[in-house]
Amino acid sequence: MEQIIVIGNGMVGYKFCEKLRSKAAKGQFSVKVFGEEPHPAYDRVHLSEYFSNRSVADLEMAPRSWYVENDVELITGELIVSIDRNNKKVTSHTGLEASYDKLVLATGSSAFVPPIKGSEMQGVFVYRTIEDLEAIIAYGKTSKKAAVLGGGLLGLEAAKAMLDLNQETHVIEFAPRLMPRQLDQTGSDALKDKMEALGINIHMSRNTASILGEESMTGLEFTDGELLAADMLVISCGIKPRDELAAQSGLEIGQRGGIVVNDSLQTTDPDIYAIGECALHKNFIYGLVAPGYEMADVVVDQLLDSGDKVFQSYDMSTKLKLIGVDVASFGDALCENTPHKPIIFEDKLEGVYKRINISEDGKKLLGGILVGDAEAYNMLLQVTLNGMALPPNPEDLILGSRGGESMEMELPDTAQICSCENVTKGDICKSIVEQNLESVADVKTCTKAGTGCGACSPMVTDIFDIQLKSMGKTVKKVLCEHFDYSRQELFDLIKVKGIKSYNELLDTHGYGDGCEVCKPAVASLMASIWNELILNQDTIQDTNDRFLANIQKGGSYSVVPRIPGGEITPDKLIVIGQVAKKYDLYTKITGGQRIDLFGATVNQLPDIWEELIDAGFESGHAYGKSLRTVKSCVGSSWCRYGLHDSVSFAIEIEERYRGLRSPHKLKSAVSGCRRECAEALSKDFGIIATDLGWNLYVCGNGGANPQHAQLLAGDIDSETCKKFIDRFLMFYIKTAEPLNRTATWLNKLDGGMEYLKQVVVEDSLGVAADLEREMEFMVDTYKCEWKEVVNNPELRRKFSHFVNTEIPDPTMQFEDFRGQKKPVDWDKNLVESK
Amino acid sequence: MTDEIVAYKTVKESEVDTWHKVATVEDFPSDGGVCVEYKGLQVAVFNFSRRSEWYATQNLCPHKKQMILSRGMLGSDGDEPKVACPFHKQTFSLKNGNNLNGEHCALATYPVKVEAGQVYVGFKN
Repeated sequence: MEQIIVIGNGMVGYKFCEKLRSKAAKGQFSVKVFGEEPHPAYDRVHLSEYFSNRSVADLEMAPRSWYVENDVELITGELIVSIDRNNKKVTSHTGLEASYDKLVLATGSSAFVPPIKGSEMQGVFVYRTIEDLEAIIAYGKTSKKAAVLGGGLLGLEAAKAMLDLNQETHVIEFAPRLMPRQLDQTGSDALKDKMEALGINIHMSRNTASILGEESMTGLEFTDGELLAADMLVISCGIKPRDELAAQSGLEIGQRGGIVVNDSLQTTDPDIYAIGECALHKNFIYGLVAPGYEMADVVVDQLLDSGDKVFQSYDMSTKLKLIGVDVASFGDALCENTPHKPIIFEDKLEGVYKRINISEDGKKLLGGILVGDAEAYNMLLQVTLNGMALPPNPEDLILGSRGGESMEMELPDTAQICSCENVTKGDICKSIVEQNLESVADVKTCTKAGTGCGACSPMVTDIFDIQLKSMGKTVKKVLCEHFDYSRQELFDLIKVKGIKSYNELLDTHGYGDGCEVCKPAVASLMASIWNELILNQDTIQDTNDRFLANIQKGGSYSVVPRIPGGEITPDKLIVIGQVAKKYDLYTKITGGQRIDLFGATVNQLPDIWEELIDAGFESGHAYGKSLRTVKSCVGSSWCRYGLHDSVSFAIEIEERYRGLRSPHKLKSAVSGCRRECAEALSKDFGIIATDLGWNLYVCGNGGANPQHAQLLAGDIDSETCKKFIDRFLMFYIKTAEPLNRTATWLNKLDGGMEYLKQVVVEDSLGVAADLEREMEFMVDTYKCEWKEVVNNPELRRKFSHFVNTEIPDPTMQFEDFRGQKKPVDWDKNLVESK
Repeated sequence: MTDEIVAYKTVKESEVDTWHKVATVEDFPSDGGVCVEYKGLQVAVFNFSRRSEWYATQNLCPHKKQMILSRGMLGSDGDEPKVACPFHKQTFSLKNGNNLNGEHCALATYPVKVEAGQVYVGFKN
């Protein structure tokens, strides 16, 4: 077995392992990876998300278990300090030794720190690793004003992070423009305006002379003598290839750094390869992830003996969203040395700048720049890369066709759609046809397209839709055979047309007689819109909603009274105990801090509830696709760590949203401090106390596919928190597919969390006031369903097993179980009917 | 109990020797069912008011042997009227009792007639 050693467990090092394991035969190679950082490889491109998520696991390329499952030996926290090329052996800083047949250097890069006096002072950071970020977060707690040195891609990302840490933020750039490699002056100006509108101060053409201060920094001095006070400085002036190990081992290094490689990515030692940001190919260091992945692919190909794949110069086009501003640059963006004819569109009102460079003969697109609106990026990039013919009026490319017809450019199959994973349009279409894929998510899983930086996702969706259409399949998400509408469309129809009964909706907008899919979905919609007593239409409800209790094995039901926030008096506890004893109910504490009473017959339900309601209880809606519980920790009234009174807030939240019907159940929790004892991050919406107020997290999930909730808004007061929850929940209720929890909904939502923030926090759709009003209506019209039933003899009559006798179901059987009862198991002995 | 369940057997209208009065029309929900007891037998009777049709089947769902079908949701599969079991959404034709989305054995069905606001189910003793 050939022994492969990879030095470096960053994105490219990981991608190499992934590609090798997916392409090589089992047993062909043994793979050992040394990583200097304590964590397995993580996604550095999305590093700034760590500021809101604070979860390393979310950023990991793959969990540690992946390495085990794929037989890749991962050794983290070990720095390789020497390569013995003669004996083909590497040694780590702790003296660990390992032999190789082929060695892959994926050592990456470190932050380039310019030689400025004072850079060793406290408060000066680089922006590169999770440890860097943790140090910045810790320091940010006492700092108020932060400067970022460098106005390139990474510098602006860092500036966003500073803004998130509530710093007065200044960006200092040596060049006269931002992102000088990607943008021209006008593009930079447009971006600068946007950044300044967001509260980031931009200083251009500034040469930093020294960092001021003694032990800790206090400011910066520029060469023109100007001063800028700052508590901290984040340096992101570019990268420096990590080539010291290669240099010390006698491999050739470029004049300005970087391990020299040939087209096969071999270093000057043919058994040693270098890939990613440490490699110098044709005197160029590629500081983007996509070319790094391509390099990983080439080396895998070399190792597999096919060896015909070589690395060619790589397109450096890029699109990103910087603090909500789209910025893209593709092909030859600046055309500094290329004769060309530009077409330029500038809208200072909206802050949009678009420039495309047309070849002198007017036939080809060479490249361009987009700021403020980069929707056309993928299309323009494909036109550039594939040398496609231009439309008769090339300005249509950035202005859109003004003749009414939409302009759809037919891409060739060879067009590369996902540059991170090198997936072509042909690959995508083929997998859709051959593997009969039915969703964009499936396409992403099978082809890996869109799983890297994600920039091509809209294009993957378009290709998927067009391909499916060409195969005669419909892509529309209809509810079921009885309605040609999605859940969201039905919501609008019901609301706008004022439809209040299922049959009316079916008669006017559907077919046939309905089914077990559309009936409960419509029931939920009508409840979310009109909030009328759901038993008015009892036969379109799922059985739990129909009998306002949870059906259990054997056909008995369980009863859950609401215990808001999990707070209950001894007297009420006694009542629950008495009721359970009287009706012989099995009792259990639920995961949501309340008490479930099992084993009631349908006939007993109204009597049980009558007693509970008399004691001051109300429905817990455990049976509904609706708000379940708002769990809480004990909070500041008792806990020595508590920052705020989490119990009171949990009760307030639970009482606000009780009974609210939604596409699926809703769970919530409030924690009184960062220790998070209420487990709010696993909830549909979770609230955690901070020094300054509350952090609101949304779209978490426990269950089969656990997912942490993500920060929607930080350090907000209670009123704002409720306002955002109102908007968030109503937006979810209106737009989700049936039976999609909030986490699933978010995963499908175009634009994801950023988009959700825009809608909920920034009100980008202008619907916030409507959403709040709709929620207010739900809150105002809330009624306890069980109270209605208990006081209404006609409704009470519905709670019987037989229509022609009073007795309960005689086939229902229970047995003794640890001193309580339980239903006999699904009966295996009964003979099926004939 | 087992003996009574084994006794489920489809009754054709021509075989009926007893029309048993089970309830009045008002006792039924619209587009829903109730459970009736007849000599220890549990039968689900459905008022499919949307279609102006009445059906009766055994109350036992053959999937997990649960006495539950009267609480099931009514619907149509193409033109076939059906009932969905509340437990695991197994669906059965109301016309012939066949399991529409699985391999379970068919439900026994019974004829229903409505006269003067009274609902009768046909049995064969």
